[in-house]
Amino acid sequence: MLLEIKNLHASIDGKEILRGINLSINEGEIHAIMGPNGSGKSTLSAVLTGNPAFEVTEGEIWFRGKNLLELSPEDRSREGLFLSFQYPVEIPGVSMVNFMRSAVNEHRKYRQEPALSASDFLKLMREKRSVVELDSKLANRSVNEGFSGGEKKRNEIFQMAMLEPKLSILDETDSGLDIDALRIVALGVNKLRTPENSTIVITHYQRLLDYIVPDKVHILYKGRIVKTAGRELVLDLEERGYDWIKQETEE
Amino acid sequence: MEKDYIDLYKQHANSVGKSCSDLLNSKREAAFEKFQSLGFPNKSMENYRYCDLQEAFSIDYGLNINRVKMPINPHDVFSCDVPNLSTKLFFVVNDHFYKKDKTIGLPEGVLCGSLNDFAASHASLLEPYYSRLSEKSSDGMVPFNTTFAQDGFVLYVPAGVVINKPIQLIQILHGSEDMMVNRRLLIILEDNAKAQLLICDHSLSSKQFLTNQVTEIFVGKNASLEFYDLEMNHENSTRIANTFVTQDASSHLLMNGITLQNGLTRNNITVRLEGEGSEAKLSGMALGSGSQLIDNNLFVDHAVPHCTSHQLFKYVLDGSSRGVFGGRVLVEKDAQKTSAFQSNKNLCSTREARMFVKPQLEIYADDVKCSHGTATGQIDEKALFYMRTRGIPEKEARLLLKFAFTADVLDHIGLEPLKDRMRMLVEKRFRGELAKCAGCSSSNCS
Repeated sequence: MLLEIKNLHASIDGKEILRGINLSINEGEIHAIMGPNGSGKSTLSAVLTGNPAFEVTEGEIWFRGKNLLELSPEDRSREGLFLSFQYPVEIPGVSMVNFMRSAVNEHRKYRQEPALSASDFLKLMREKRSVVELDSKLANRSVNEGFSGGEKKRNEIFQMAMLEPKLSILDETDSGLDIDALRIVALGVNKLRTPENSTIVITHYQRLLDYIVPDKVHILYKGRIVKTAGRELVLDLEERGYDWIKQETEE
Repeated sequence: MEKDYIDLYKQHANSVGKSCSDLLNSKREAAFEKFQSLGFPNKSMENYRYCDLQEAFSIDYGLNINRVKMPINPHDVFSCDVPNLSTKLFFVVNDHFYKKDKTIGLPEGVLCGSLNDFAASHASLLEPYYSRLSEKSSDGMVPFNTTFAQDGFVLYVPAGVVINKPIQLIQILHGSEDMMVNRRLLIILEDNAKAQLLICDHSLSSKQFLTNQVTEIFVGKNASLEFYDLEMNHENSTRIANTFVTQDASSHLLMNGITLQNGLTRNNITVRLEGEGSEAKLSGMALGSGSQLIDNNLFVDHAVPHCTSHQLFKYVLDGSSRGVFGGRVLVEKDAQKTSAFQSNKNLCSTREARMFVKPQLEIYADDVKCSHGTATGQIDEKALFYMRTRGIPEKEARLLLKFAFTADVLDHIGLEPLKDRMRMLVEKRFRGELAKCAGCSSSNCS
């Protein structure tokens, strides 16, 4: 098993957001997590990546046999966890090249591999940029600075391609994307699929899941997974909204 | 405290002047009078509110009044390795210009070397300049310097002469006991002259040093000067540097002062734009750690119309270091069409670090473009987390963010090899890998 979450509780500023999440993901699977606003979807991705703003009050997370909660955010990344941010952060003055070179070489160091030479690294950048058709001009700029919404999301998937994670979390990667950009991003994600790596797609809408087809769909509501089903659940939700889920849960 | 030095001068005035040129000696009496009335700067003065010199003055320094030669050859102990930067290299050891055996090829008419020697041999040439800008100063350190100054460095570039190679002056502090150094610099570019000067301050021993430096800079009509001032001293070093600039019509000045490492630094920089169409680009950067204090105090005086000034100063403060930035821009009544911009941005990367800022804009003309802005903040936690989720360790991420913060000041350096070298030094400094004195090739450093 790649990821196992057991009875996870987490809070921010003393307010409990996650109230007992249980979730297992195997190698090669795509899981969609859907749910109404404020149900805890982004909190789950923040807790998985180790955002210090959140406090885990109960439960366990095991990732590739390791206790994830004991790892720093950087070690989680090097172990193969990746988050495509809902709101990618702008870092003025830090060039994409230096940023990615640091990241890639830290990953290599962790695996006890030598750092990439400058030319090999640039070759890798070129190759991976084409996955999401990221303009070479963007790669020479500061991280996300002055990027459009769509460019930022593409840049996230580009970074994912560079780091080759075992588990990727796409947090509302579809938000703010027009239909062309959505297709490029989704095709990029699909190109990066292997039988070993897995993906969690957090989204509100069906449209991204038309391209990235999930094996399982979970509904998160009030900090718990209240329903798990196959991809047919997506269509159900698109038709009927979340109200019936809420009703079912309240009962 | 002043009394000790007043007595010292009264007793040793003859020794001070004995080996010196008449020009240097001619200014001492008046300066001594002035120092006695002004005294040392202290915290009760508005300009020195955050710059406490009490402790620095309380140390019993030795002054090398009798010009005892320092038994070192700077060429042996110092190798400033700026790769690909080819410069004309000169040394000042403490306040003594280090004479070399071989002459350095510079265009005809250029004077470059010992202030005292050239003040003797070219007295009538330097007489109109020496002490002219500084004698109006109301900072006691300035007449103190004029009282005690015995040597230093002069660069005189005659009209129309362009020096293609940068001139590099390494100012070394060296001594086996605590020392006070009164160093004097005079830089004169006549009309249409052009030069680049890189000054590197560097202490070779960790004794207590107090450097009191006065620099006067004259930039003639249509002349152009690039002036880089790099400080890399031990934490036991106190540096008080007063720099006075006057710019004539259509002249250009690029000044970049970088404090990489120090103890206490106080830079007073006065730039007077006296000729129409002149332009001053002033930038600076200070990296503080431990209990260092870096205080840059600027005064830009737009005296005539159609001049431009840009100021960009950035501080990155670690540990419990403190930074002070005082920037006053004065646009005089007739200085129409002035453009004056000032920006000061600071990063306090610990809770204990402190930044004090006092921007002042005084405008008496009515057709001007002026702006000033200042901001002090912490490391962006969101950016830090973002970088960590990509596998970059927290320490490295902090470093990249700090380095990024200083990037635009380094971009203002005109000499490409120096820019590259500075990027490297700044990065090393942030990594804590900057040796106490990075340029030393010997074990003189402790």
